[in-house]
Amino acid sequence: MEIKPILSALSRNKTGALLIALQIALTMTIIVNSVFMIQQRQGQMERESGIDEKNTFLFSYMGFADDFNEKTRIVEDLDYIRKMPGIVAAVQTNSAPLTGGGWSMGLARETGPDADGVGTAIYFVDEQGVDAFGVKLLAGRNFTADEIIWRERTSNDWPGQGVVTKALASDLFDGDWQAALGKTVYINETQPINIIGIVEKMQAPWNGWRGVERTLLVPNRTLFGGGRIMVRTEPGERDRLMKEVEEQLFANYKGRLIRNVRSMEEIRTESYQAHNGMNTILKVLIVCLTVVTALGIIGLASFSVNRRKKQIGTRRALGARKKDILRYFMLENFLITSVGVVVGAAMTIGLNMVLVDMLNLPKIDWYYIPAGMLLLWFIGQLAVFGPAKKACQISPALATRSV
Amino acid sequence: MLGYYFKLSLLSIKRNPILSTLMVAAIAVGIGASMTTITVNYAMGANPVPQKSDQLFAIQLDSWDPNRPYREPDILPDQVTYMDAMALMKNAPAKRQTAMSKVFAVIEPEGEDVRPFETEGRATFGDFFAMFSTPFLYGNGWSRESDDNLEMVTVLSKETNEKVFGGENSVGKFIRIAGREYKVVGVLDDYRPIPKYYDVTNGAFREPEGYYIPFNLIASLELSRSGNTNCWKPSDEDGFQGFLNSECVWIQFWAELPTENEQQEYLGFLNNYAKQQKELGRFPRPLNNKINDVMEWMELQGVVQDSAKIVMWLSVMFLMVCLLNTIGLLLTKFSTKSGEIGLRRALGASKRNLFIQHLMESGIIGFVGGIIGLGLAWGGLKGVSALFGKNVQHLVYLDSNMVIFAILLAIVSALLAGAYPTWRACNIQPAVQLKTQ
Repeated sequence: MEIKPILSALSRNKTGALLIALQIALTMTIIVNSVFMIQQRQGQMERESGIDEKNTFLFSYMGFADDFNEKTRIVEDLDYIRKMPGIVAAVQTNSAPLTGGGWSMGLARETGPDADGVGTAIYFVDEQGVDAFGVKLLAGRNFTADEIIWRERTSNDWPGQGVVTKALASDLFDGDWQAALGKTVYINETQPINIIGIVEKMQAPWNGWRGVERTLLVPNRTLFGGGRIMVRTEPGERDRLMKEVEEQLFANYKGRLIRNVRSMEEIRTESYQAHNGMNTILKVLIVCLTVVTALGIIGLASFSVNRRKKQIGTRRALGARKKDILRYFMLENFLITSVGVVVGAAMTIGLNMVLVDMLNLPKIDWYYIPAGMLLLWFIGQLAVFGPAKKACQISPALATRSV
Repeated sequence: MLGYYFKLSLLSIKRNPILSTLMVAAIAVGIGASMTTITVNYAMGANPVPQKSDQLFAIQLDSWDPNRPYREPDILPDQVTYMDAMALMKNAPAKRQTAMSKVFAVIEPEGEDVRPFETEGRATFGDFFAMFSTPFLYGNGWSRESDDNLEMVTVLSKETNEKVFGGENSVGKFIRIAGREYKVVGVLDDYRPIPKYYDVTNGAFREPEGYYIPFNLIASLELSRSGNTNCWKPSDEDGFQGFLNSECVWIQFWAELPTENEQQEYLGFLNNYAKQQKELGRFPRPLNNKINDVMEWMELQGVVQDSAKIVMWLSVMFLMVCLLNTIGLLLTKFSTKSGEIGLRRALGASKRNLFIQHLMESGIIGFVGGIIGLGLAWGGLKGVSALFGKNVQHLVYLDSNMVIFAILLAIVSALLAGAYPTWRACNIQPAVQLKTQ
């Protein structure tokens, strides 16, 4: 075919061709790795928290007045909220998924300081906890009202029962989560907790934590001077109740602050704000990069068409069809891009190795590489098509004129 | 002569408007993207106290679990226990030093106009204010005697003073914090170190605290704390005293050590102290204590996030793509000018003259690209601030250093991009070029 004359023409302008190839290699490196990072983050953001995010909201309270008695206040507040029309359940808790701050402990199947432990997030809840978060009980039972114990800020004692997530049960019992039901595990090295129930899924508060699926619910109401209340409403009632609960509680008693009344959906958005932001930046970068590279190819190709006007005219005069001229430029671009994407494939893997090291990202999946190569071939062909089309229009008569 | 070259360059730029626009745009976009990310990284990695950063030291003691390090691989805890903090405050040889922790409380302003509000505070020693060079609007910090005597004193941030006292001089007045009356001894002026280096445990770019109170009150009044608490074994006793005597780390500890000698002496003290504690059955890990100056500490705590670094390097690579683009375009452009260059050479222009003239053309393109790029960077930073919310609002300003850097970067990039095409263009044989015409 025409490869030989193209190569010999390219060898006369090696630098120009090399520059485009290098540009394509770099473009591919950045685009492929960025897409990979975007998808990694996207995957993290799509994980379900396991709770009923659509119909729940969370708020913090903190007592300050001299007559603030947390015990009676919590009992009264919860009673009041639970009786409001449209409420499904409400519970006092220390934290919730996606909030970023919480309590963690180690659990082990044996006692003593040397036992192999599994780290878990802890939520203090009462008998309405499972309902208020809207998590699904897979096996066993929920807490009963008489199991709930008041917990002081500095207490080291743990209740004798606990509800765990499937993931925590599985990690504690070597993959066999069903075996966990009814078993005793130890917290604080020596204190036994009997696993009375297993819920399907409930994330820990820290979305970046490796053990984010490991959660333990314990039957405690806390007396820490301040805390949070999680409220679950009937569908469609959340926004109305968020306002009403805040206003009513303040009207009932003014000696405590109520702050940060936020729906779980808002909390989710905030929790992944940095993820979202980083993804947007990478997307903008990809678009700019594609445009710049494409424009560069167009610019260079137009120029080379202009410069070769006379040669093109001569070829046309000697019998080359329009199609042949078009094919020449398309093929030339294809050859240059091919060099670029081969170098780019190596560079992509190199950059991925750096990212694996720095960001603890997994290794890039193999199919990203051919996909990236295809994409750049496509961009290159698309960009060169316009100038090549123009080249076809050059009249054979041009050959006869002296420029 | 330079004026003439300038005119020629402008003419040449105008002759190929599309090509010139492409080159300017490529440089502008490249500079815009890289300056946006460089600015964020620059602000994150800035030295928050240049005049003292090599004199302030974050203290690390390895009091952790014998079976596993605080963090792999063998990383020391970033905070210290109450027992160790008290021992160091009492005996360690530092010019100034302080243990501190974050606290939180509801502040109740007098009267009905301002509702009570919750705010974070810092429990610290009186040395804090001199150590970290906090600016005072009114009054001063408290003395070491106030620390020892458990005096109920406080220093307010400018913001808290605005809220509670309407911004007037409140020194000597009383303020109700967490249900107790504290006497105001000082009010800070605007104080916002970026990063908030003295405590990065809950994020390096958070707002500074709203009030400061003596650290010793935590124990005597059993105050509520916030911030991180990490324990490797349960405490032996119940209650607040049990917590204080536990192996939990929750205190940031800093010392001011101006000279090499003092630093050595302090480290020696720490090692001796750890050895004594080992005899008492504590500090079960191998002897390992460290003092870190401010910039070492920022590095160790990963204040400049890795993801920010990655995005910066990606955008610098993007700038490189834009420059390759520009080189390619200039190369082609100059190659069409070989006839003109040949003619000028034949008429007596030296290579040097032509080189300068064409480099000037690249420089002009770079300068214009840089200015537009600055505008793009400004927009980019607005975008970053919209995307990441208030946590980055103080990281997204182009200061004069950054503006100068951006323009220089643009011009240097353009000159570098222009150098090779110019050199090629000037190296042609005049005779050959003239013949073909």
